[in-house]
Amino acid sequence: MVTLLGWLVFILSIIAIVRLIKIYELASEMRGGKPQWEVTESDNRFNARMMIVFGVAFFAFCFWLFFAYKDKLLPISASEHGTHIDWLFNFNMAIIGVVFVAANAVLFFFAYKYFGSKKNNKATFFTESHKLELIWTVIPGVVLVVIIFLGIKTWNNITAPAQGESMVMELYAKQFDWTARYAGKDNKLGRRNFRLITDTNPMGLDLTDPDGKDDIVVHNEFHIPKGKQIDFKLGSRDVIHSAYMPHFRAQMNCVPGMTTMFHFVPTVSTDEMRKRPEVIKNMTEVNELLAKKGEPPVEFNYLLLCNKICGLSHYNMQMNIIVDEPAQFNEWISKQKTVGETISASTENKTDNDKMLAEKK
Amino acid sequence: MSHDHTHSEQHHDAHHHEESFISKYVFSMDHKMIARQFLVTAIFMAFAAMVMSTLFRLQIAWPDEKFAVMNWLLGDKWALGGKMSPEIYLGLVTIHGTILVFFVLTGGLSGTFANLLIPYQVGSRDMASPLLNMLSYWFFLIGAIIMLGSVFIPTGPAAPGWTIYPPLSALPEAMPGSGMGMTLWLISMTLFIVSALLAGLNYIITVLNLRTVGMTMMRLPLTIWALLVTAILGVLSFPVLLSACLLLVFDRVLGTSFYLSDIYINGTPLEHAGGSPILFQHLFWFLGHPEVYIIILPALGLMSEIISVNSRKPIFGYRAMVGSILVIALLSFVVWGHHMFVTGMNPFLGSVFVFTTVLIAIPSAVKAFNYITTLWKGTIRFTPAMLFAIGAVSTFITGGVTGIILADAALDINLHDTYFVVAHFHIVMGLSAILAMCGGVYHWFPKMYLRMMNKKLGYAHFWLTFIAAYGVFFPQHFLGLAGVPRRYYTNSAFPLFENLVNIEELSTWFAILGAAAQFIFFFNFFYSIFRGEKATKNPWGSNTLEWTTPVEHIHGNWGEKLPVVHRWAYDYSKPGAAEDFIPQTVPLAPGEQDEGRGGHP
Repeated sequence: MVTLLGWLVFILSIIAIVRLIKIYELASEMRGGKPQWEVTESDNRFNARMMIVFGVAFFAFCFWLFFAYKDKLLPISASEHGTHIDWLFNFNMAIIGVVFVAANAVLFFFAYKYFGSKKNNKATFFTESHKLELIWTVIPGVVLVVIIFLGIKTWNNITAPAQGESMVMELYAKQFDWTARYAGKDNKLGRRNFRLITDTNPMGLDLTDPDGKDDIVVHNEFHIPKGKQIDFKLGSRDVIHSAYMPHFRAQMNCVPGMTTMFHFVPTVSTDEMRKRPEVIKNMTEVNELLAKKGEPPVEFNYLLLCNKICGLSHYNMQMNIIVDEPAQFNEWISKQKTVGETISASTENKTDNDKMLAEKK
Repeated sequence: MSHDHTHSEQHHDAHHHEESFISKYVFSMDHKMIARQFLVTAIFMAFAAMVMSTLFRLQIAWPDEKFAVMNWLLGDKWALGGKMSPEIYLGLVTIHGTILVFFVLTGGLSGTFANLLIPYQVGSRDMASPLLNMLSYWFFLIGAIIMLGSVFIPTGPAAPGWTIYPPLSALPEAMPGSGMGMTLWLISMTLFIVSALLAGLNYIITVLNLRTVGMTMMRLPLTIWALLVTAILGVLSFPVLLSACLLLVFDRVLGTSFYLSDIYINGTPLEHAGGSPILFQHLFWFLGHPEVYIIILPALGLMSEIISVNSRKPIFGYRAMVGSILVIALLSFVVWGHHMFVTGMNPFLGSVFVFTTVLIAIPSAVKAFNYITTLWKGTIRFTPAMLFAIGAVSTFITGGVTGIILADAALDINLHDTYFVVAHFHIVMGLSAILAMCGGVYHWFPKMYLRMMNKKLGYAHFWLTFIAAYGVFFPQHFLGLAGVPRRYYTNSAFPLFENLVNIEELSTWFAILGAAAQFIFFFNFFYSIFRGEKATKNPWGSNTLEWTTPVEHIHGNWGEKLPVVHRWAYDYSKPGAAEDFIPQTVPLAPGEQDEGRGGHP
């Protein structure tokens, strides 16, 4: 019945629209005179004014967004190189902000000012001006050279091989979770091989490799010490993932069949970050919203997200990162079981693996 | 003059009798009909892509809600009880992107306007090869049908994003869409590429060989320059995408390892060894980056024409405009790596791509400034087309400046694949191109359908679209700056993003407004085809050759004699002239100089 009524309303409204169109057509025929499509002075005036109204409203909207959300964006960088990225971002943003506002403003203003009317009916025949064109080729050119120079300098500093002492660790991706592996005391990661992957050895660690004995594997969250350079090696076992750590301004793809790298020095511990006013303010907002949905409150945590589409649960591939003071970190890591310890704890796994290796040979 | 007219009528009649319905409307070889076929197909595809985007915008803004409309459109399989599943979310995102990038803004935009304008504006009777031209449409149509059809198969459409990076796209076990859906995607794209190549070769040859007497290269309207360079870009880069796709097919079907190595999936280690997924990205973006210029250059070409005609002023800096088209085209081949800064590429290579990419801002800026200067001291006539062209300049600026941020590898580290990127490319390429394309439709509608579109509906369409367009995408910059990744089915898995959810909602409200506004256009378009006011010969007072043809369509465009060109296309409001435009066919007055030759005889 409801469907039937729905259809009836639909058909009747179509008929109504058709009748209205007919009336409109008849009316415009009776008016006669100039064809409807010709643009009149009042059309021009209306659209010219709309350009100004739009321009003002648009800038107001942009500034409102900026002030409403600037504190909800990422907090200060928690890594050393991230501070340089943020500086460079603000520098570039200032330049493009000026260009964005100025160019749009001039565009809307000219569109308003020069609308065709009885007063303004003769356009100026102006084909080119080498001087003007030189100005707006050279000035952007110079500015862009500065941008390129600063950009490449920062990029080179970030991507240069890790200098000095660093802690090696691996982030290993698969559909749809992360595993972190510490290189242990020898600071060398043991070999792994995708052919060794079993249910009990999801990374395919080569347990015969002595370098791997002291490795430490953790899930769900990993800790890193503040102030120490962390040299990440990244890998994937199935499709491309991307290890994205926005609070550290760090991202690198994880590609099956190759090892990628990224290194940074964390500078703000999780505890320090949680005490920052903007973070407190944001987390209060977040927890209010969660409470409305009937969900338990959360604490601020640094995140590792997947940022390369990797399958159906791409949206939920996460790991928490805890930045500890070095002493805290040492205490935490000393409590973790090494790969060697885990194996001796479960001999079954070991024999499984040995059997598999024997078969391979 | 009257002599010519009788001839043209006879000509017209003679052909009218020869053509059957099939050869006139279906397998037509006439460039004007093929242009209209491309346009209507593209409008239909754009409508489909718009519905898709509205659905996934609803999902991302209100992931916990149920929507009856989703169940109605997607069925129980994909939206049981009105809740969209992740499979179809990613599928719609992928097909939305593919349709808009390739079928609307490449095939649709170039297909419509290159077909319509190249023969008209260079003064030729048709394309160099009408047969290839017809084939290009039919390959395009079949590709479009397959692409759209793939949404309705049981396992769902391809879903790894429009960039189809392997291994996700190579392994059916990686996600449901990578089985049959991906196969159909690859077949469809192969047909599309064939279409693009046939069309592109035809465009190039027509512009180079079939220009009428007096139409030197430097007298070509900027539309033709843009379409010519676009065709060259396409012919040089699409074959690379075809090879990338073929290698992907080999990996999928024949068990080769071009892109695959060391993979363990679904409980089995795969035998593929020695390949590199990154190789695919290089090949893909070798097309993919020129592709964005394949989209934007024709749009800029249309804007040049529309802005100049409706400012009643010559386009400012014609030669600089031609030069910047060429520089953009050249640079577009050496910037593809900026899509791959975080793939682990050699940092030195990264620096090179930063350098080339940021350089492309210079010719782009020149174009934007020249449009603005063209408005200066003009007598602007706000036709709907003019509004769309000005809107496109604005989005080209707004989206262009954020390109400088993303081109900076160091900054891209933190913004790569976030909503900042989504905002950037939708504004600079999506919006500019679609606004310019709408402008083109309003402007050349009389030439295509011999009738006029309704002006008032055009105004309403523009203002609502323009407001909605910025409303959808501008806020998304902030999501990106907060670290929200793109292509997430829901952001609710990360409580930290909870207080950003109202940006997603804002964006979706504007998307709904924008989608609704397009119905004004669809109505205006189809209504005007049949009942619009009759067009006059040169309604906008333009100089270009298409407006010298008879009002009605005749086979061969002009009567017995092709027009002869005496001047460049931009003599608007020239001092000393009786009217504010001088068509290209009007001989130079004694002592008058042709500005197209640079004003320096």
